[in-house]
Amino acid sequence: MRRLTVAEALREAIREEMRRDSTVFCIGEDIGIKGGWGGAFTVSLGLSEEFGHLRILDTPISELGIAGVAVGAALMGMRPIADVEYGDFIFLAMDQLINNAAKLRYMSAGKLKVPMVMRIPVGASGRGAQHAQSVESYFIHVPGLKVVCPSNAYDAKGLLKTAIRDDNPVMFFEHKLLYGAKGRRENVDARAEVPQEEYLIPFGVADIKRRGSHVTIIATLRMVYTVVSAAEKLKDEGISVEIIDPRTLIPLDKDTILKSVRKTNHAVIVHEDNLTGGWGAEMAAFISSEAFDYLDAPLKRVCAPDTPVPFAPVMENYWVPGEADVIRAVREVMGG
Amino acid sequence: MGIPGDKLIKMYRKMILIRNFEDRVHRLFLSGEMPGTIHLYQGQEAVAVGVCANLRKEDVITSTHRPHGHAIAKGVPVKSIMAELFAKTTGCCKGKGGSMHMGDIEVGMVPAIAIVGGGIPVATGMALAFKMKRLDRVAVSFFGDGASNEGAFHEAINMGSIWDLPLIYVCENNLYGASTHVSKVMKLKDIAERASSYGIPGIVVDGNDVISVYKAAKEAIERARKGEGPTLIECKTYRRGGHSRSDPGQYRDKKEEGIWLAKDPISRMHKNLIKMGILTEEKGKGIENEVKARIDEAIEFAQKSPSPKPEDVFKDVFA
Repeated sequence: MRRLTVAEALREAIREEMRRDSTVFCIGEDIGIKGGWGGAFTVSLGLSEEFGHLRILDTPISELGIAGVAVGAALMGMRPIADVEYGDFIFLAMDQLINNAAKLRYMSAGKLKVPMVMRIPVGASGRGAQHAQSVESYFIHVPGLKVVCPSNAYDAKGLLKTAIRDDNPVMFFEHKLLYGAKGRRENVDARAEVPQEEYLIPFGVADIKRRGSHVTIIATLRMVYTVVSAAEKLKDEGISVEIIDPRTLIPLDKDTILKSVRKTNHAVIVHEDNLTGGWGAEMAAFISSEAFDYLDAPLKRVCAPDTPVPFAPVMENYWVPGEADVIRAVREVMGG
Repeated sequence: MGIPGDKLIKMYRKMILIRNFEDRVHRLFLSGEMPGTIHLYQGQEAVAVGVCANLRKEDVITSTHRPHGHAIAKGVPVKSIMAELFAKTTGCCKGKGGSMHMGDIEVGMVPAIAIVGGGIPVATGMALAFKMKRLDRVAVSFFGDGASNEGAFHEAINMGSIWDLPLIYVCENNLYGASTHVSKVMKLKDIAERASSYGIPGIVVDGNDVISVYKAAKEAIERARKGEGPTLIECKTYRRGGHSRSDPGQYRDKKEEGIWLAKDPISRMHKNLIKMGILTEEKGKGIENEVKARIDEAIEFAQKSPSPKPEDVFKDVFA
């Protein structure tokens, strides 16, 4: 079967959905410019040639405007796929997402719906403090938004298609080092076999990346790969790791997580965002309150420190949770 | 003049309805019979009525934290507005909206967006949808002078302009953002001048004259429908009351207040219509009585309506 990069898989999802449904369109910066890059990470490359410049709509540098216009278009029956070039820019659009996208259905007592997707590239990638943040956690706090974090090309395509067809605002997070663009040595190979036939991946269904019996590790996006390589090393020490990629943080597949923790009796949560108030805190609270009696040791979080993302590669490497951090946490949880 | 007499009477009746509605709501609120907070529209009736008289049911508006007048002008049933203010299930938002979020998409009003400027991009996006779907519909964004200092104003109007979207931006300049006079927060005399930054027409209108508002909006909406893009219409107007609740508006200059209260849009329209021979004092009284009866009926309906159940809180979060 063919292997696609995440960027290719996302592009294919958008193309298929735009062909299927004339209300789907893309709106964002630098997405359809002739001779341009197809968005900051090539995802929409070539789409304006097929769909024209109204459906691949290039905007001014106006993130608030992009989000707000997407909300309005969604209210009137369109299905916008909006994007910001870097997740850090999403803060400019927060009012529209939190006060309008997430609440208009509620405020209208169900008369309105806001079927929009907001694509948001996240993650540290050698660009310093303002092009590096992992911002998923801000959004799990907002009732009315769904939060999706695909870690590979197969999930990216199936989840994006589901997001586009969802009648709610979906925050869709993509890790910059997983896109598959060439030329950066930090890139992680997130390519996956992607079938030619259409498929969708439902929200709220976690993927068990690896079966194990001693400790459950929950991770998303790039951290899935860090955890997988840590698990390989831990195997040599006789520790069997079960890895769960929730794929969607809202809705969350609570059953799969609880089932795993009740089986392994140990839990470690890994995310690239900094520690305090990250989604790992919510996950920790959830596991503690629902499965406390099953835990043989306090669970641990492996997260970035509570500092901005630094630029110097030596500092950034230290900042991003690594294999060694995961191994250390697992040993501690296992009482080693 | 060119506006048929029955249309003028219709607009006059709507203005009277809004004025009486707001007066009653104010009293109900001060007497403690109504929960929440309110921002009243007395004094600005000519703007909502003059603009909405040009709209069809399928055209859409966004409103602000001061939305009762827009809701009445766009045709949200008075009973359901009143019931919403009383936080009842028969309200236009089943008690989930209240004063600041009232609206009913079935008659083309998005629940009012109470973040200053927040509705401007949303209206722009609705107009984008109409353009993409090739529908003969327009959007109107109502907002105040204060909103024109928000980034949302700048970003959205620029986008509406570059894409020639079918909408109009209606700025109700009532001289105050809460308690702050507009002269303290901008050097421009006219907010309409800001339109030139976006390459669209900017028009200053006497917002206390419903006929002027109607005509300006008509022209702008016709342009919008023809695909010639948006217009920024600044309506100069004035709140008769304070910013909200029981605000007595002590920050306002008495002389300024006197000048503006003398320009009241309803008494001006009344005089105009009598001069034109379209209205008599008697007919005017009749309209007033009819409107008051409608409001009484709405209050009774609202008071008798059931309250939501506490657990209704969980409904309508997701589609």
